Amino acid sequence: MSIIESEKNWYPEGVERCSLGKFLKWLAFLGIVAGYGFVAMIVCFVYGLGVTGLDNYFGFGLWITFDLAVIALGAGAFFTGLLRYIIRIDELKNIINLTVIKGFICYSGAMLILSLDVGQPIRSWFGYWHPNVHSMLTEVIFCITCYLLVLIIEYVPLILEQKQINKIPYLHNLAHQMHVVMPLFAGIGAFLSTFHQGSLGGMYGVMFARPYAFRDGFFIWPWTFFLFVLSAIATGPCMTVLICGFMEKVTGRKLTTYRIKSLMCKIGGTMLLIYTVFKYLDTWAWINNVLPRAGMTFDQMFYGLVYGRWLFVCELVLCLLVPVVFLLTPLRKKPVFMYSGAILACAGVVINRYVFTVQALAIPVLPFTKWEIYTPNWAEWATSLMVIAYGFIIMSLSYRYLPIFPQEVGLNKK
Amino acid sequence: MSGQKMEFPITWGMVIDIDKCTGCGACMASCQTENNVEPQREASNKLRSTSWMTVYELTNGKSFPDHDIAYLPRPCQQCGNPPCVSVCPVIATEKNENGGIVSQVYPRCIGCRYCVAACPYHVRYFGWFDPVWPEGMQKTLSPLTSVRPRGVVEKCTFCHHRWTLAKDAARANGKDPDNLDDGAYVTTCVQNCPSGALAFGDLKNPKHKVHELIKSPYAYRLLERLGTDTQVYYISRREWVRKLGDNYLKSE
Repeated sequence: MSIIESEKNWYPEGVERCSLGKFLKWLAFLGIVAGYGFVAMIVCFVYGLGVTGLDNYFGFGLWITFDLAVIALGAGAFFTGLLRYIIRIDELKNIINLTVIKGFICYSGAMLILSLDVGQPIRSWFGYWHPNVHSMLTEVIFCITCYLLVLIIEYVPLILEQKQINKIPYLHNLAHQMHVVMPLFAGIGAFLSTFHQGSLGGMYGVMFARPYAFRDGFFIWPWTFFLFVLSAIATGPCMTVLICGFMEKVTGRKLTTYRIKSLMCKIGGTMLLIYTVFKYLDTWAWINNVLPRAGMTFDQMFYGLVYGRWLFVCELVLCLLVPVVFLLTPLRKKPVFMYSGAILACAGVVINRYVFTVQALAIPVLPFTKWEIYTPNWAEWATSLMVIAYGFIIMSLSYRYLPIFPQEVGLNKK
Repeated sequence: MSGQKMEFPITWGMVIDIDKCTGCGACMASCQTENNVEPQREASNKLRSTSWMTVYELTNGKSFPDHDIAYLPRPCQQCGNPPCVSVCPVIATEKNENGGIVSQVYPRCIGCRYCVAACPYHVRYFGWFDPVWPEGMQKTLSPLTSVRPRGVVEKCTFCHHRWTLAKDAARANGKDPDNLDDGAYVTTCVQNCPSGALAFGDLKNPKHKVHELIKSPYAYRLLERLGTDTQVYYISRREWVRKLGDNYLKSE
């Protein structure tokens, strides 16, 4: 049997896939993008972070924005896991595998970028060895690393269910037993993920000397703690739907029913509505309380085009109110509105993470300093693209060889 | 949500008389030499160059003949309620020693730069490249201060090593190391300021000049309303200079 023929034996039962040649060309393209990023990563490791566009004014830049954005968008994994295994919305079993893989890609990608972003990556374990329990970042380090382990545990049974691997009795039984205990890991994942999503928001909210980011709050948690959790669980399901829709477009096959996607968007939209209410309240309190207390005004928070008011309007109107309407009304029944709503919601959370990361630092707090502009350079873009390419590679391999979509066979019967 | 102010029996502080500062930069140069700051390879990029002590030029924004300028030297403000300390995930920066100096533990710092983001005074500097002393310049290295590898954050320590030396000298002379004479411990920037704009001492010790200076009606601190409670005070008899020390609403 030729390699091309035997490779087909590795596909999930009863599905069709593109030719091996086509698939390898696709992987080669992704490999080139990832390779370019890998070179940039090596350059960063060898020469230091001076090769990036970061500086002493912008200690955080594209990488942190990228990390926060992918972690928020990857939140579909824990939230869908929670709904599927704990709250027992059974229908979600048709999309849960995709969310797990997406979560794994997002979190492992974020870890990769974080290892680049810290100046002394070899010391990363100090977060466990010398933890500062008062730092939100310590909590982020704890939860992200632990949650990545949970995601690996959730991903492994999927790999073990691969047709050929599953023929081995031991691995077959292992996969089965892991599925049995999955609600436990879904619970742990939900706990860990909620806390680090919150802590990522808390990271900004506690910066009391940065009026753009600082927020009052409840007990030790600034309001951004809760807002980041809400925005993540609102946009995570939307991102899952977008990935699913994109995969259907690329492969030309139906992978889940519209009903499932619509349900995910309805869940996302509902959370987005709750988030919108709290975000508006928070913004009102920020403008009328936090800023005046610091002697600053709303107008002082914006500058030129790159830090302009348009970002604020986009985030709070175009990417909140509009998707809420699209996702929570009968408009959702039309794909164009459902996908547009999901795209806008995801774009909103990216803008939110960007302004909290970069704009918060660009504002001159000392009255005799001035606005500074941050521009990421090739090294930051290339490494970020590398992670995206890495995500595509993992997803492509998973789709080709693993039984991710239980409905795929039924939906594509000729 | 905004941390807690820490009190110490000894509180080292600096008082900077802006009206006396000529902007000569001797404080910056002496600081760089004393603290083994790497010779800057590209000092024209101010956002990338390391200068624990930086002199800012202030202007009243008016045209001649009302135009006026001032120079504001800015060391680490050694905040009583430091925004940088509570955020550090690995306790690489602390404010837990008598004297109230915010420490920076270079071998522990992981270089996440969260402290850089949290500090509104821009006193924290990151090592973007490996530090290099060109041939011959390594002879300028001081044995009193450790050099930093790339990838960690560094900042002004109020020349902490000089305090250690001053305490040793006091012990050798049979004096109380916890009750140093005024001037027994001063930072290098204070020592090298030619116009006497900088003063240093224990803010709580009535025998020290700074104890009186901070009571001046012209004394103020930077960004006081943010609650950082800094240990660096500024003095200016010019109202516009004092107003540039903080943000004010139009109604204030």
